[in-house]
Amino acid sequence: MIRKSVSDYPLVILALLLSAYGIAIVYSAGQTDFPVAYIVGAWKRQLGWFVLSLVAAYALFRASVRLVDWMTVPLYWLGIGLLVVTLVFGSGAGTAASVKGWLTIGGVRIGQPSELAKLTVVLMLARVLASRKEAPKSLLDLWKPAAVVGLPWLLIMAQPDLGTGIVFIGIFFALLFWSGVSWQLLALIASPAVSLILAFSTGLWGAWFLILIALVLYYRPYIVEGVVLVLANVAMGVIAPLLWERLAPYQQRRLLVFLDPSADPRASGYHVLQSQVAIGSGGWFGKGYTLGTQKRLAFLPAQHTDFIFSVVGEELGFIGVALALTLFLLLFMRVVRVASRANDSFGSLVAFGLGASWFVHVVVNVGMTLNLMPITGIPLPFFSYGGSFMLASWLAIGILLRISSEGRGRADTLAV
Amino acid sequence: MSFHPNEVQRRGRTASVILAGAFVFLASAFFRTQILEHAQYTLQSETNRLREVPLPAPRAIIYDRHGAVIAENLPGYSVSILAKTADGLRVALRGLSGVINLTPEQIEAAVRRFKQAPNRPTTVLADASFDVVSVLEEHRVDYPGLIIQAAPKRYYPDKEAVASFVGYTGEVTESELNQRQYRNYKSGQEVGKAGLERQYEAQLRGKEGTHFVEVDARGRVVGEAGGGRGDIAPESPEALYTNIDLDLQRFAASLFGDSLQGGLMAVDPKTGEVLAIHSAPSYDPNKFIGGVSTQYYSQLRDDPRRPLYNKVIQGLYPPGSTFKLATAIMGLEANIVGLDDRMPTPCTGGYFFGNRYFRCWDRKGHGNVNLRQAIEKSCDVYFYQLGLRLGIARMLAGGVSLKMRDKSGIDLPNEKQPLWPYAAEYFNKRYGTGGWSNGVLLSLSIGQGENSQTVANMAKFYTALATDGSVVRPEIVRRQTERTKLFRLSAEQLDGLKQALAGVVSSRGTAASAQIQGVVIAGKTGTAQSGVFRNGVELNHAWFTGYAPADDPKIVVVVMLEQVPYHGTVAALMASKMIEHYLKRPTIQGAQLEGD
Repeated sequence: MIRKSVSDYPLVILALLLSAYGIAIVYSAGQTDFPVAYIVGAWKRQLGWFVLSLVAAYALFRASVRLVDWMTVPLYWLGIGLLVVTLVFGSGAGTAASVKGWLTIGGVRIGQPSELAKLTVVLMLARVLASRKEAPKSLLDLWKPAAVVGLPWLLIMAQPDLGTGIVFIGIFFALLFWSGVSWQLLALIASPAVSLILAFSTGLWGAWFLILIALVLYYRPYIVEGVVLVLANVAMGVIAPLLWERLAPYQQRRLLVFLDPSADPRASGYHVLQSQVAIGSGGWFGKGYTLGTQKRLAFLPAQHTDFIFSVVGEELGFIGVALALTLFLLLFMRVVRVASRANDSFGSLVAFGLGASWFVHVVVNVGMTLNLMPITGIPLPFFSYGGSFMLASWLAIGILLRISSEGRGRADTLAV
Repeated sequence: MSFHPNEVQRRGRTASVILAGAFVFLASAFFRTQILEHAQYTLQSETNRLREVPLPAPRAIIYDRHGAVIAENLPGYSVSILAKTADGLRVALRGLSGVINLTPEQIEAAVRRFKQAPNRPTTVLADASFDVVSVLEEHRVDYPGLIIQAAPKRYYPDKEAVASFVGYTGEVTESELNQRQYRNYKSGQEVGKAGLERQYEAQLRGKEGTHFVEVDARGRVVGEAGGGRGDIAPESPEALYTNIDLDLQRFAASLFGDSLQGGLMAVDPKTGEVLAIHSAPSYDPNKFIGGVSTQYYSQLRDDPRRPLYNKVIQGLYPPGSTFKLATAIMGLEANIVGLDDRMPTPCTGGYFFGNRYFRCWDRKGHGNVNLRQAIEKSCDVYFYQLGLRLGIARMLAGGVSLKMRDKSGIDLPNEKQPLWPYAAEYFNKRYGTGGWSNGVLLSLSIGQGENSQTVANMAKFYTALATDGSVVRPEIVRRQTERTKLFRLSAEQLDGLKQALAGVVSSRGTAASAQIQGVVIAGKTGTAQSGVFRNGVELNHAWFTGYAPADDPKIVVVVMLEQVPYHGTVAALMASKMIEHYLKRPTIQGAQLEGD
C-alpha cells in the first residue's frame, strides 16, 4: 500500500472552510425566540459528526484507489440491499415525514441509505464506464450504465424521494459527459424528459419535436434507436396531459405553486415565499449572525436542514451568500482539476461523479430557496444538518484526496 | 472511455464553463433578490414580525366656565388579543375564560370585532379591573397573543348631575363604522355616544398612537420592546371649555332631588351661554364607559320616568300659560290690543264659545282685566278672546314667526323640533275641511292644543323678552353669539310686557311665593294638562319661564316639571332658587378667571 500525506491542501481547506461555515449556520439555526431543544443542540451533534467524518475521510484517504475499486461492487449491492430494506422497514423524519428515507432499527434511526447509494452509484458507474475502451456511442451501449443508475433510482423514487432521484440523474449525465459521450447523444437521451415538460404547450412541443428530428437525422443512430426515441417523445407528449389529470389536486397545486408561489401564500407556497422574504430582507450585509428575524420568529421553515441557505442569506446578506457560493465554486473547480489529473479513468470518473453529485445538490438546494427550483428536500452539502450526509461528503473528500495524490502533476502525461 | 489528455482537458474546460455559468446565474439571482428587491422584502419581513398595537389617546378634558372638571380621564386597563384567525381567537378566548369570567356574548362580540379589523389586536375587555389584570399577568405565559395595556378611561366626577348635557362615550358600533362620518374609525375605538361627547367628537377625540410588538409565525408575542421600533405616542387634543357653570349645574340637579322629573335650563340672555341644563331623573354616565352592563341599561330603559330621554331638548310638552306671552306679542304686533285694553267679556271663571264652555284656571274669575293684569293673573278668559280676535291665520303665522316650529339650535345632538301648526291647512288635513272650528284658537291662545315645545325652545323664546326682543341661540360650548330679532314691539309695549312679567312674581301675581329678597324676578308660570292621571287626578306639566334681575337680566331660567300634581308655582319656586343661587352667590371665583 502506498503511503502518502495529504498534498491537495486547497481541496482540504475548501472543505474545512465549508464545514466550519456550515456548522456555524447550524448553530445560528437553533437560535430562535421559542427554541426547539432538538435544533438548539443540532450544532453540537453536527460537530461530532464532523469530527467522526474527518477520521473516516482520513482512513479512506489512506486506502488505495485500488481498494476502492475492489470494494465498489460489494458496496454497490450493499447500497441496493439497504435501499430495499429501507423501503420495507424505513420511516420518515422531519420535513419529509412521508418519505420513507430512514433506516430504522428498533425505533432508532440509523441513517439514510440513499446517502450511501449516492456514493456507491458514482463508484459503480465509474467502474462500468471506465471498463469500456471507448465512450458509449449508441443507446445500446448505454444499457449497462443506465441499469447501474436505474436500479437504485427506482428504489429511491419508490420512497418517494424526488430530490435524490434528481441527483442520480445528474450523476448519470455528468459521468456520461465526462466519459466522452457526445452532447448530441446526451440530448437524445434527455429528449423524452424534455417532451414530458414541453407537452403542456402544443406549440413548444411541436418546435421541440422538429429539433429532435433534426438531431436524429444529424446524429444518425441505429434505425431502431431512432424510432424508439421518436416514439418515446411522442408517447411523453401524449402521456403528459393524462398524467396531469391523474395527479391529486394537492400535487397539481404543488407544481403550480412552484410556478407562482404567491398564488397560495398561506399553504404550499408559504415556505418558499418566507424563504425569499428572509433572503431578500438580508440585503448586502444581512441582519447579523443569529439575528435573522424570519428565522428567529419561525417564519422560515426547516431552517437547519433544507432551508439553511436562507439563513445565510438573511443573516449574512449577499456578502455571506457570495462567500458560500465562491467556496463551492472553488471546490468544484478543484474537483474538476483532480478529475482532469487522475492517473486512471476510474479515478477520474469517480472524482468527477462526486463533484457532480455535490453540484446538483447545491444548485437544486440553493435554487429552491429562491424558488428557482421546486421544493424537493435535497440537503446542502457541508451546511444542512444531518450526520449521514456530512459523513458521506467527507468520505468523498477522502476519496478525492486520494485520487488527487495519486494523480499526475500535469494532465498531458495521462495514460490513455 | 475516451481518456486522451486533450479530450479530458477540453471536457474539463467545458465543465468549468458550465460551473461558472451556473454560479454566475445563482449569484445574480441572489443579487436581484437581496439588492434590487431588498426594500420590498424588508417590508414584507417587517410586516411578518411586527404587529401594531394601538395606543388609545385620552380624550380632551371638558371644563366648565370656571375651569372645573366636567369630564376627565382616569388610568385604566384594556385587555386584547392578537389572533391570526377567528378560530384561533375563539380558542384563545375559551382558554382565557378559564381564568377570568367571559360570557359567551363577550366572546362573540370579540370575534365580531376581530372580523372588522383582523390586523389590530382584538379588544376583549375595554375596561378591565386591576384584579383581572393581575390575574392575567400571572398567566401571561399561557396566552401568547395577550396584550394588556394602559387605556385612559373616561370619568365624569359629577355623575348624574352632568349626564344630561355631557353624555357619554362607548365603543363605535358596526353600523356607525359604515357611516361616512366614522370612516376614520376602527373597530374597538371609543366614540362619543350622547351629549357633548357626541356633538364635539371631532374636537374631543385624541390621535391614537402605535406601539409595535414582535410576533412569531404562530402569532405569539415575542417582545414587548417593539423589535427596535419605537412607539408613536398618542396625542391628546386641547381641552374643551364649556359655558356651563358647574356649581349652578350641581345646584340645578339637586333641586330635582330623587322624586321630581322634568327639565331645567339656565341661559345668559345676552350671550346665549348655557349656564345649566339638566334633565331629571338622570343616569350615571360613568357606568357606560367600557360598555354598559345589560342590567343597568335595562333598568334605565324600563324606568317609566325615562332617564335616558332628555327632557330639555327631546321632551315635547304643551307650554301652557308660558305661551300667553307669545299670544300677547302677536296681539300687540297686530295692533289689535293694547297693554291697557280690556276684552268684551270679563272673566267670570269661564267663557262660552258656541255651546262649549271654556274654563278659566281660576273658577272665581278675574273680573274685567287689562292685558297687564291678564298676564299677572294668567287669566285664560282674556286670552281666549285675544286668540279669537287674532284669528287662525294670524295666530298660526305669528307662532311660526316666533320660532315655535324651530329647534332652539343648541349644540347638542338629537334635539327635537317643536310642534306648531304651520297654517290652517294643518287642521284641514288632520280633521278634514270643516271638521274643526275656531275653538282651536282658544286652546292655542293659552298654550294648549296642537302646540308642544321643548324646554330649550321656551328658554330661547324668553331670552327675547329678557332683552330687546332678540332671541339668542343657546350655546353650551360655542362662543359666537347669534342674535335674531324675534318681534317688533315699541319700547313701551316691550316695557309693559316686562312689567307684567315682573308682576307675576309679586304679591299680585301667580308666582308670589317665588319672590326673593333684593332681586326682582320676572317670569310666567304655566300649568299644562298632561293627560296622565294618578289616583284619579290629572297630572300637570308645571312650567316657569323667567329671568332676573328684571331690570338687567343676567339669567333666564326655565323649569318644567313633568307629570306632577302641582301647578307652575312650584316650578317658579325652583327657578327662583336657581336665580338666588346664581345671583347671590359670592362671586370670587368668576371675577378672577380670564375671559369671564
